[in-house]
Amino acid sequence: MNTTTIAAAQMPADWRDFLALTKPRVMTLVVFTGLCGMLAAPATVHPVIGFTAILCIALGAGAAAALNMWYEADIDAVMKRTASRPIPAGRMDRQTALHFGVGLAFFAVLLMQLAVNTLAAAILTISILFYVLVYTVWLKRRTPQNIVIGGAAGAFPALIGWAAATGRVDVLPVLLFAVVFLWTPPHFWALALFVRTDYGKAGVPMLPVVAGERTTRAQILLYTLPMAGAAVAPWPMGLTGAVYGLAATLLSGLFLLLALRVAVSRETDQAKMKPERQLFAFSIVYLFALFGALVADRWVFA
Amino acid sequence: MSERPSDEEIRRRQRSRALAMALILGALVVLFYGISIAKMAVHQ
Repeated sequence: MNTTTIAAAQMPADWRDFLALTKPRVMTLVVFTGLCGMLAAPATVHPVIGFTAILCIALGAGAAAALNMWYEADIDAVMKRTASRPIPAGRMDRQTALHFGVGLAFFAVLLMQLAVNTLAAAILTISILFYVLVYTVWLKRRTPQNIVIGGAAGAFPALIGWAAATGRVDVLPVLLFAVVFLWTPPHFWALALFVRTDYGKAGVPMLPVVAGERTTRAQILLYTLPMAGAAVAPWPMGLTGAVYGLAATLLSGLFLLLALRVAVSRETDQAKMKPERQLFAFSIVYLFALFGALVADRWVFA
Repeated sequence: MSERPSDEEIRRRQRSRALAMALILGALVVLFYGISIAKMAVHQ
């Protein structure tokens, strides 16, 4: 091979771009809920096996994110927020991202099965396939409820963490799944109200763009109600103690109040949307505090 | 990828990727060792 052919070859992608492909910031939430699901489970896990389970959840989420970027390179290219991602910016070709995502997904699932258990590996597989096929490929560009579907993918880690520790799926982790699932739409739509996005330009039907702000405000409240119900439910059902019960009641009450304020507001000037900003900021605190309280509850009453 | 990268640039990129890969493989060796020990402890 002479020097001209080497020089004509494409520049291999930087390792940092592979890291960017896994959406590390989304991964932190996934790791946190997965860890809480595991710590809240009534079973003790060997620390190394526990670490491996969380690692597999993180790698699975990273694989799903990479496959999402592989598929959505066309959308990402036209939106300001995503135009600098590795593929649309031209630092990586699509096929590299596809190979990386598929390889990482197989590795995560195989390791989960060999080191942890089959149920956790099975749910991890479902969550990756759900995010990539059902959300990214099938529904994201077809329905304004797309974010609801995406929320289900984000809700799996708590379930996987629990399954990794116990080898079972019980009522409590299913309720936790419901909380994250129902939490995602108010969280995301609050942001969509006060940040002008260019999803419209990319042809993605986001609710505020397609159905208008009034519908979005109503839907925020509509999802918050069952979310609060699912969050508080473990206490009266006897699945958790008062530490979690009181925290969940307080946090969910505050969330409802903030959502109600957003629902009745008719503000259209994005600079003046303070309640929307507060709801969005609180929604993040809410999830971390709720899951933190669950673990604290388990450790207090253990 | 608009400009044609020089040989040195490509080599430098390959070196940093190889280093990252080596570190990951090293970490996996440690992890698999830990998992093996943990599994043996559980099954005793």
